[in-house]
Amino acid sequence: MSASSPRTAYLRGLRTALPFVIVVAPFGLLFGVVGTEAGLNIAQVMGFTVLVIAGASQFTALQLMADNAPTLIVVASALAVNLRMAMYSASLAPHLGSAPIWQRALIAYMNVDQTYALGHADYEARPDQSTAEKVAFFFGTATPIIPVWVGATALGIMVGEAIPPALGLDFAVPITFIALIAPALRTLAHVAAALTSVVMAITLAFLPWNLWLLAAGLAAMIVGAEVERRMEARR
Amino acid sequence: MNYTPADLWFIILALGLGTFLIRFSFLGILGDRQLPPWLLRHLRYTAVGILPAMVTPLILWPEATGGQLDPVRIIAAALALGVGLWTKNAIWAIVAGMATLWGLGFIVP
Repeated sequence: MSASSPRTAYLRGLRTALPFVIVVAPFGLLFGVVGTEAGLNIAQVMGFTVLVIAGASQFTALQLMADNAPTLIVVASALAVNLRMAMYSASLAPHLGSAPIWQRALIAYMNVDQTYALGHADYEARPDQSTAEKVAFFFGTATPIIPVWVGATALGIMVGEAIPPALGLDFAVPITFIALIAPALRTLAHVAAALTSVVMAITLAFLPWNLWLLAAGLAAMIVGAEVERRMEARR
Repeated sequence: MNYTPADLWFIILALGLGTFLIRFSFLGILGDRQLPPWLLRHLRYTAVGILPAMVTPLILWPEATGGQLDPVRIIAAALALGVGLWTKNAIWAIVAGMATLWGLGFIVP
């Protein structure tokens, strides 16, 4: 391989990620709109978007804040939504573990659903790449995704200040969650986890401080994992 | 929403730092070691386990209607779910749900 191959990998990452800008932008835009309508100021909305970069957990925090849940419950519940990213981190570690620490820190910061999925798929498809090429590919995917996410949120703040609150935008949050869940219901185990989650949310609704959310999430994870284990045992 | 600016910034910074630490965990701290299969199995279901619980009360007893069942919202949610399952595309699901909400809300005031 020539010395220019990290450059090639960077450009390949950039090209691969470009179409996904269309997926990322609407969520960023929506967070800007809904965050502004909920009463956050510009710095706070942008703070979420720049520091967290995880739409589902940001919407979770926003929804719990609309219910005036205690701050620690807001943080714990929104973090619980992001726990799946520990799995992303673990699955990238064999590929990127030997990169310098600052590169790994930067990759961790930008390790969102899209960059992770594209990076992991590329490393599996081209296993003989050097670590430098793999790092370059990841930075390539992040180059369009992260700025578009941040820019779309900023645009959403402007839109949110312009539109009247009577448009039923409170319902955009549950619709967004449904839109994120539906394509993820790929297996019986995923469906079982989702159903458990719904049933637990209804039966535990009496719990204070939105604790039903964490309880339902935990129960659903256990059910999903157990169904998966049994399905595999049967094979 | 009823928080002081200090509360809000605590939430933003704690969520930002916590999310970074989750993403950095294996890449930066724990390194290249295998997760036990039982833990991986549970982590796979975090998002699909928590988000439906989040959605359920928002659809069954929405604050905007004073906690009353609202057929328009239930139909909009059902259509968003159906389109999401059918197309496997989150954006189309959002378009279907919000278009239903606005369309029906216009017909049934």
